[in-house]
Amino acid sequence: MAKAAESPGDPGTTTPRPLFAGLSDISISQDIPVEGEITIPMRSQIREFDSSTLNESVQNTIMRDLKAVGKKFMHVLYPRKSNTLLRDWDLWGPLILCVTLALMLQSSVDSEKDGGPQFAEVFVIVWFGAVTITLNSKLLGGNISFFQSLCVLGYCILPLTVAMLVCRLVLLAEPGPVNFMVRLFVVIVMFAWSIVASTAFLADSQPPNRKALAIYPIFLFYFVISWMILTFTPQ
Amino acid sequence: MATTAAPAGGARSGAGPEWGGFEENIQGGGSAVIDMENMDDTSGSSFEDMGELHQRLREEEVDADAAAAEEEDGEFLGLKGFKGQLSRQVADQMWQAGKRQASRAFSLYANIDILRPYFDVEPAQVRSRLLESMIPVKMVSFPQKIAGELYGPLMLVFTLVAILLHGMKTSDTIIREGTLMGTAIGTCFGYWLGVSSFIYFLAYLCNAQITMLQMLALLGYGLFGHCIVLFITYNIHLHALFYLFWLLVGGLSTLRMVAVLVSRTVGPTQRLLLCGTLAALHMLFLLYLHFAYHKVVEGILDTLEGPNIPPMQRVPRDIPAALPAARLSATVLNATAKAVAVTLQSH
Repeated sequence: MAKAAESPGDPGTTTPRPLFAGLSDISISQDIPVEGEITIPMRSQIREFDSSTLNESVQNTIMRDLKAVGKKFMHVLYPRKSNTLLRDWDLWGPLILCVTLALMLQSSVDSEKDGGPQFAEVFVIVWFGAVTITLNSKLLGGNISFFQSLCVLGYCILPLTVAMLVCRLVLLAEPGPVNFMVRLFVVIVMFAWSIVASTAFLADSQPPNRKALAIYPIFLFYFVISWMILTFTPQ
Repeated sequence: MATTAAPAGGARSGAGPEWGGFEENIQGGGSAVIDMENMDDTSGSSFEDMGELHQRLREEEVDADAAAAEEEDGEFLGLKGFKGQLSRQVADQMWQAGKRQASRAFSLYANIDILRPYFDVEPAQVRSRLLESMIPVKMVSFPQKIAGELYGPLMLVFTLVAILLHGMKTSDTIIREGTLMGTAIGTCFGYWLGVSSFIYFLAYLCNAQITMLQMLALLGYGLFGHCIVLFITYNIHLHALFYLFWLLVGGLSTLRMVAVLVSRTVGPTQRLLLCGTLAALHMLFLLYLHFAYHKVVEGILDTLEGPNIPPMQRVPRDIPAALPAARLSATVLNATAKAVAVTLQSH
């Protein structure tokens, strides 16, 4: 093809030499068939990668995903300014946390006084709250993607889930004002932890003068969840 | 030869529209050169066949369905492999076109960028608007400026929802057919959107100069007073305190909204109608929120509870059906008195 001869690199440039720079020196004899594909090398790399995850065993996949989720849990518990959560986001962790929280918060079905939140209510609150906050931060001019924000908000529910577990344990003891004070203290600490964690991840994506505007709905969101945890009484 | 060489030349450069789609699909878009090996089975295809193929290609592009139908009679030597790729190419082009259309429609209707200008605020602006919502303006002779933003009102509605939830929990409200959260959200958003629309409709009737966005913003900021009152009185259960706050704080925020509306309406009857309605609804809403989700002493409850209880029961604190008539008339009197006073002042 005429094209190959027309695309050599310029010998006089100081920029890095283009891909086919040395080809102009090669002479092709007539009896070698010129055939085959000229493709960008990265493509084949991607294809190999895809097939390798398809062929591995289920256990490998599950363990890899669980390890990723566990790593992100660690990042939430010790929040530093890192973008691990943002870079490879996943929604497994938020799903596990949300389902755990909703299961623990639901009241018994057969009681007449169903004043406690049901499973569906908690689920809907968490997910629609996260979606609303994400839309709000996008509208305020943040440059974070939709699912990254959902991922961060979901993972930062971890401290509150821990608080729920602790409250459940504390409620096994006899009720009283001391009981309530302990639960209140635990929930407040975990609430503050959640906000600090989510701020550490999300604050950088907002324009600097509008951070407060983006953080206030997050505060409200975790406040509502904390309130549901604090006022939970098992029947 | 010249005519038949042209398609081949076009195949090389990829500039001709007939061959453009063909080229980009063969190698999956990543290569710069057509791989002639994949094209057909017979190595003897000459440029004359290419010319024939070119003709076929044009026909097939006009009638895309024929490509699938003609798969069966692809016994043609030299065209078998080509036809497979042709149909693939046509299908791919159709897919691209469909995808382009769908993404265009999506970006047109589901674009949140439509709302972006209404969220363009700074924290200092929000703070100053919150404070201003409690200060009634004196000048009603020329139209007052209303900031058309939605961040503040939306956040205030969510705050009200959170406060309501707190109030419902502390008063041990039981909702039979519904959920606490659903009720709180429904009440607050219903009030904000419903009353805004209603007042906007009245404003349209009374020829007032206000847009829907401005009405939403005005009423949203008016909920700031409600938030303050409810936050305090859900925690300190004193009736006298509530009435004081209701008149003071609720009254101030209502006065501000009324003043803004008066400045944008012409004619005493219109002003009275519009402002009276808004004042009544706003003050009554605060009254309703307090009493509907408030712990009430059991004695009063027994004497006041009416026979008919609505299906979505809030047992046993269903006060609105049992509000004594005296209180209601007092409220209405207050509201109209205020509206009349403002109207008279402006003359």
